[in-house]
Amino acid sequence: MTDLLANLALGFSTALSLQNVFLAFIGCLVGTLIGVLPGIGPIATITMLLPITFGFDPVGALIMLAGIYYGAQYGGSTTAILVNIPGEVTAIVTTLDGHQMARQGRAGAALGIAAIGSFFAGCVATIVIAALAAPLVKLALLFGPAEYFSLMVLGLAFAVVLARGSVPKALAMILIGLLLSTVGTDLETGAERLTFDLTALTSGIDFAVLAMGVIGFAEVLKNLETPELRDLAKQPIGRLLPGREDLKRSAGPIVRGTLVGTALGIIPGNGAVLGPFASYALEKKLAKEPERFGKGAIEGVAGPESANNAGAQSSFIPLLTLGIPPNAVMALMVGAMTIHGIVPGPLVMTKNATLFWGMIASMWVGNLMLLIINLPLVGIWVKFLDVPYRLMYPAILVFSCIGIYSVNNSPSDVLLTGIFAVVGYALLKLGFETAPLLLGYVLGRLMEENLRRALLLARGHFTTFVERPVSAGLLGAALIVLAAAILPSVRRGRAEVFTE
Amino acid sequence: MMKRLLLFAALLGLASGGARAAAYPERPITLIVPFAAGGPTDVVARIVGDHMSRTLGQQLVIENVTGAGGTTGTTRAAQANPDGYTIVMGHMGTHGAAPAVYPNLKYDPQKDFLPIGLAAGTPILIVAKKAFPPKDLKEFVAYAKANSEKLNEAHAGVGSVSHTTCSLLNSILGIKPTRVPYQGTGPALNDLVGGQVDYMCDQIVNLTPQIQAGTIKAYAIATEKRSPALPGIPTTKEAGLPEFQVTAWNALFAPKGTPKEIVAKLNDALVKALDDENTRKRLLDLGGVISDRSGRTPEALGTLVASEIARWNKVLRPQTAAK
Repeated sequence: MTDLLANLALGFSTALSLQNVFLAFIGCLVGTLIGVLPGIGPIATITMLLPITFGFDPVGALIMLAGIYYGAQYGGSTTAILVNIPGEVTAIVTTLDGHQMARQGRAGAALGIAAIGSFFAGCVATIVIAALAAPLVKLALLFGPAEYFSLMVLGLAFAVVLARGSVPKALAMILIGLLLSTVGTDLETGAERLTFDLTALTSGIDFAVLAMGVIGFAEVLKNLETPELRDLAKQPIGRLLPGREDLKRSAGPIVRGTLVGTALGIIPGNGAVLGPFASYALEKKLAKEPERFGKGAIEGVAGPESANNAGAQSSFIPLLTLGIPPNAVMALMVGAMTIHGIVPGPLVMTKNATLFWGMIASMWVGNLMLLIINLPLVGIWVKFLDVPYRLMYPAILVFSCIGIYSVNNSPSDVLLTGIFAVVGYALLKLGFETAPLLLGYVLGRLMEENLRRALLLARGHFTTFVERPVSAGLLGAALIVLAAAILPSVRRGRAEVFTE
Repeated sequence: MMKRLLLFAALLGLASGGARAAAYPERPITLIVPFAAGGPTDVVARIVGDHMSRTLGQQLVIENVTGAGGTTGTTRAAQANPDGYTIVMGHMGTHGAAPAVYPNLKYDPQKDFLPIGLAAGTPILIVAKKAFPPKDLKEFVAYAKANSEKLNEAHAGVGSVSHTTCSLLNSILGIKPTRVPYQGTGPALNDLVGGQVDYMCDQIVNLTPQIQAGTIKAYAIATEKRSPALPGIPTTKEAGLPEFQVTAWNALFAPKGTPKEIVAKLNDALVKALDDENTRKRLLDLGGVISDRSGRTPEALGTLVASEIARWNKVLRPQTAAK
């Protein structure tokens, strides 16, 4: 305990130096601003801004990059709420209720609760990392391909819960998502699958392309159908920030989301993506009136956003303690450290104690910065919604296309986004939801890879999934979640399922 | 209007071709890195590019074009305007192993590119999980031959450095382990540390911290000399497997048709970067190997590419054909 305090004191003395506070602030600010541009997620943002950090000492550079990461992550949620474009995998869930809130004139409350929830989650996750990073990572190493596959199965079970309307339709969407995830080069043989000999498809479909097409652009198309109805003078402006009632409703989801997000973030191989989905499913199950979800329930923003931030932070645990990046953003952070002459590994904690604890303390500083930057910005973001559609939509489309192009510097990605926009619009018109499709897509690739790995290691015996206790437990949990999601709708029968 | 403008531009281009090479570079140069930012090739490109920018007086802007084992970005470079303003950091995979791995490769590493010069390479190590029984390389060789079918080898995807170099190792040893693919080195290393897989081959940059911390064990380094970054690890020659010699080299290439003067200028900037104390130190600290002066000429790189293509073709073809 005294050790922990001494370490944290060392960390804060590093992170709170004038230069580092300033760098954390700049990082968070720049990250937020660039992250708000649709399509430019944390990876693109950090890659673009990497050269800026060359002039700083490693600790300062990393603090700034981490700030950019949190900022971009938060910026992604902002676009999800305001214009229904998830900038990041983890923001898909936020589009569900966050954007509905914005449509009801409660964008400020949604953005505010996202910032507050994220801050709380960030504080808790910082403490968890400081106190438990070393023992937790041992747990993470128990996760082999079999466990990981079972975790993904559990994730897909959540996807069914996410569905607002019909379960069969949600299942169909999940399956299409899974199918889309198989496009590209086969990992094991290098053979091209479902690419129709198109170069653009050889590395698969990029998440940003799919998400922006089927959710963001499709939303724009849908809104073009109806003439602009908003009459700003008549519309009640509403509170800019969440009110007492909102906070009361959100308190539970924030705490639960934080716990779920932290736990999943520790799992290597990007367990953090599941955090928001798990939190959303959990809140929907716990809610007294689950039918409010998907129609602007603040709990559906508070929980997932907290889980998202908690996961974003606890995913630093494998990186800081093992030196192994759990996802693409962390891999980029490793690269940044390498360029600064520090190769992260299990010894960073002892060999570069200042860096290690400075980073941890800076996480808390970064979260505080985000709160300070974002609460005042909420007013500005909300103003964006006042921009007339005829100006806003072309701007969204243009910035999105720039964002998409910047991900891989590839023009064909922009074209693909256009195609997916039409597909997404058609799905919307036919009453299909696209969130389960995206989740199926995201989990599909991880699921297939780990399934094949697990079977390779088990020499083809499927029993490996039930013989390993962690894996068996996760599969059991998936069954329970599925049963809980499907049974009521079966019982209630058609009438009620389609009431929406 | 547009047509006339284009014609004018074309004429201008023809007229000033020679003069342009002399004035080169007049604007920033795009350096395509066909791998993700932060990876070993990217790090080499950024460190070397930093110094080259100062020599050339123009910024080398790094553009990461990822996908298909680096061949997406390399294809883009092959099709770029050969004016010296787009060059590419190719490596052992894109300009050596790729023709054997990808039957539909859209470029020819030799015909579609002019070699500029070898930058820096990263040595390859053979590593295994901590609990793996063999204590040294000799024991590993014996164990692997005796338990060929039971072994699990991790690699970072078909065509990746870890995949191609371990293909070489496996073919030298004549073993057929189960090869478990991962999406990149990170996840593969994670499962090696966790003990889910037995062994792998990879670049020193990725492995040093784990070896130093003792979370995995290293049998040998596949270079002539030991690495200052890991002085305790014997070379394959010392440890009794001299046939396994491989380095993940990185080198600059320009698209075919780039003027000779421009290639010479770029080569000169590269050579200067590799002579710079600070640049050398940054590369060596990461465990990199820097080519000596005679190895940095365009001709030397051309020879290397030819021999690498032949070598990987022999190692990888039977496998891709069988699959």
